[in-house]
Amino acid sequence: MGMLRGKLLPPVLAILFSALLCGIALVVSGANPLRAFGVMLSQIGQGTTAVDIVNSTGTYYIAALAVAIGFQMNLFNIGVEGQYRVAAVVAAVVGGSIVLPPGLHALVIILTAAVAGALWAAVPAILKVTRGVNEVISTIMMNGLALGLAAYLIGSDVFGELRGNNIRTPEIPHSGWVPGISFGSSGTVFGLVFLAALLGIGYWVMMNRTRFGFELRASGESSTAAAAGGVNAKKMVLIAMLLSGGIAGLVSMPEILGRDHTYNLNFPAGIGFSGIAIALLGRNHPGGIAFAALLWAFLDKSGLALDNVQVPREIVTIMQGAIVLSVVVAYEVVRRFELAAQQRQVGRQLGTVDAA
Amino acid sequence: MRRRMRGLAVAAIALTSVLSMAACAKDTGGTQGSGSTNTAEGCKLADKPPAAAATSSKAASDEKVDGSALKVGLAYDIGGRGDASFNDSAAAGLDKAKAELGIKPENVKELTAAPNEPEDAKLTRLRQLAGEGFSPIIGVGFAYAESLAVVAPEFPNVKFAIVDGAVEGAANVTPLLFAEEQGSFLAGVIAAYQSKKCHVGFVGGVEIPLIQKFDAGYEQGAKTAAPDIKIEKKYLTPAGDFTGFQDPTKGGEAATGQIEAGADVLYHAAGASGKGVFSAAKTAGVKAIGVDSDQYNQKTVEESKDVIVSSMLKRVDVAVYEFVRAVAKNDVASLPKVFDLSVDGVGYATSGGKIDENLKAVLEGYKAQIIEGKIKVKSAP
Repeated sequence: MGMLRGKLLPPVLAILFSALLCGIALVVSGANPLRAFGVMLSQIGQGTTAVDIVNSTGTYYIAALAVAIGFQMNLFNIGVEGQYRVAAVVAAVVGGSIVLPPGLHALVIILTAAVAGALWAAVPAILKVTRGVNEVISTIMMNGLALGLAAYLIGSDVFGELRGNNIRTPEIPHSGWVPGISFGSSGTVFGLVFLAALLGIGYWVMMNRTRFGFELRASGESSTAAAAGGVNAKKMVLIAMLLSGGIAGLVSMPEILGRDHTYNLNFPAGIGFSGIAIALLGRNHPGGIAFAALLWAFLDKSGLALDNVQVPREIVTIMQGAIVLSVVVAYEVVRRFELAAQQRQVGRQLGTVDAA
Repeated sequence: MRRRMRGLAVAAIALTSVLSMAACAKDTGGTQGSGSTNTAEGCKLADKPPAAAATSSKAASDEKVDGSALKVGLAYDIGGRGDASFNDSAAAGLDKAKAELGIKPENVKELTAAPNEPEDAKLTRLRQLAGEGFSPIIGVGFAYAESLAVVAPEFPNVKFAIVDGAVEGAANVTPLLFAEEQGSFLAGVIAAYQSKKCHVGFVGGVEIPLIQKFDAGYEQGAKTAAPDIKIEKKYLTPAGDFTGFQDPTKGGEAATGQIEAGADVLYHAAGASGKGVFSAAKTAGVKAIGVDSDQYNQKTVEESKDVIVSSMLKRVDVAVYEFVRAVAKNDVASLPKVFDLSVDGVGYATSGGKIDENLKAVLEGYKAQIIEGKIKVKSAP
């Protein structure tokens, strides 16, 4: 009971607090907060919004899982952003240039993306274990390199082709597409959203039911204790980083194989950074992350609806920022509160505190 | 102290880029006599083009068109109304349509793209407009091409248009395309005539095909007017990272680098980053050429307006207005396939009085040659 309260109370408090904060911001900016929140909720039933939320949740979930694996052992992989971009370009190029039977084709593309993401993450991982380079610095730098590499690869004299004023990689043939579940005019849920769910289950099993997961968490809790227990810290860093990068590589697969079938200049950016916030919000727990990703996707789509009724959609960005900040604060407050309660209780039991 | 360190770092970076750029310029075999004192008298100019024949002032039909029944929707690209550039130009066209065609203010809706948004956001935005009965709907920016290809067939009775793009196979999407390279050619001619050191610069926002059109036309124009001219080029961000259109600091750094390399007229095609180019030009006392709108008259760059000798005009406002007007007349087919020099879809601005009669005659001469097809302007570098 206490455990559950300690886990659920902070996010609920954080969401209420940020809603309050946004309400104030809305009043200050001259909009009606009740109407704005009403629009945010009622938009779910309109057009393709519900399906879009599900699709975005899948994408965010994968990104947040990639970040969470790093977090489990105190690795801060800011490079998800670059890893998914490089993986998307490489996978789109490979997918567009090979011919394979349906199913196998998609599988090869997905594996290519995972390998490309892992390889891109391998650079900071190797730098860290051999040279002690802080992964925060190196992954940020790799993000910049990723943009440049992606821009080079889609150059019209490399792999790209010009379409009007856009450039894109050659279209992936039908055999590489992953069909989704169509809801008619309400949109189509990407087939690979289920990949996200599978990854979540895999993550839970790995963390809680395997020796590797135990060692990973142990190294995260205390690297010295883990080392004393016979865990090879360098190997753990390397594997965790590669896994994180591999999963990051899959971030854009639902969209590319389910809708776009190519990488072009409209490729979305910033999912890796959202993933960090979502992993924080979900406390690295597969269920928590799922909830956080859903919330994030919902807020994202609300921005469009707010824009449509002339309420500044920046309110959504404020809300997302406020949620992350206040959830961190709330966890700390609740933790201290419970610690104090525990101490009081222990004190009472031992009789060291005056009953009077 | 730390600030000084950062300043040093910036200087070092700027210096290296200048050095590497200078090296590049040497590689391409600049015929400039190296080490010679700065020739302050300007470029050795090519022969001037023959004077233009009587100006082709198209008699715009003043026939009154009633658009009061229209519900006009605009989906802007990143930045939206108020970006002092591309989107603002489209907004100006919409405002003109409101004023002249009698479109009711409540029948206009403008939505704006968020930076780095996913594709489904564009789809939703277009569907919102179409679903609420707006027609015509204009997607401002080539980024809407993919989403229009999906949404336009879902609403066959809605008239769509897309600026800077085309959608194959969708009959209800009108492309509004521009010959940016032709206008930029004239910007290159202006730069060549205004440069004292026969050395000019180009600052592009993002290295994408659209901006490369500006680049290619500018280079060809400058080289046609002054075959010996040296050109510095810098794109702020690679393709895929659209922050290059919104980063005045980067624009300023790139401009300063080019000025230190010797350029004394800078042309930018960098959206809001151009503000940084103008202030760098003002600090160094060199000249600059604006883009898209007549930037000399723009509020956002007012403090550095005296360095702006001209602007390459890309009349998105004309295209938007003409499209709405054509829809009201039910005559979309009459729109030009490409808004180029011949229909004044692109051009140059003379505000500020820095373009004298002599240069104007030269520009009109080149313009006539381009319209006649005697000069073919490349659209890719």
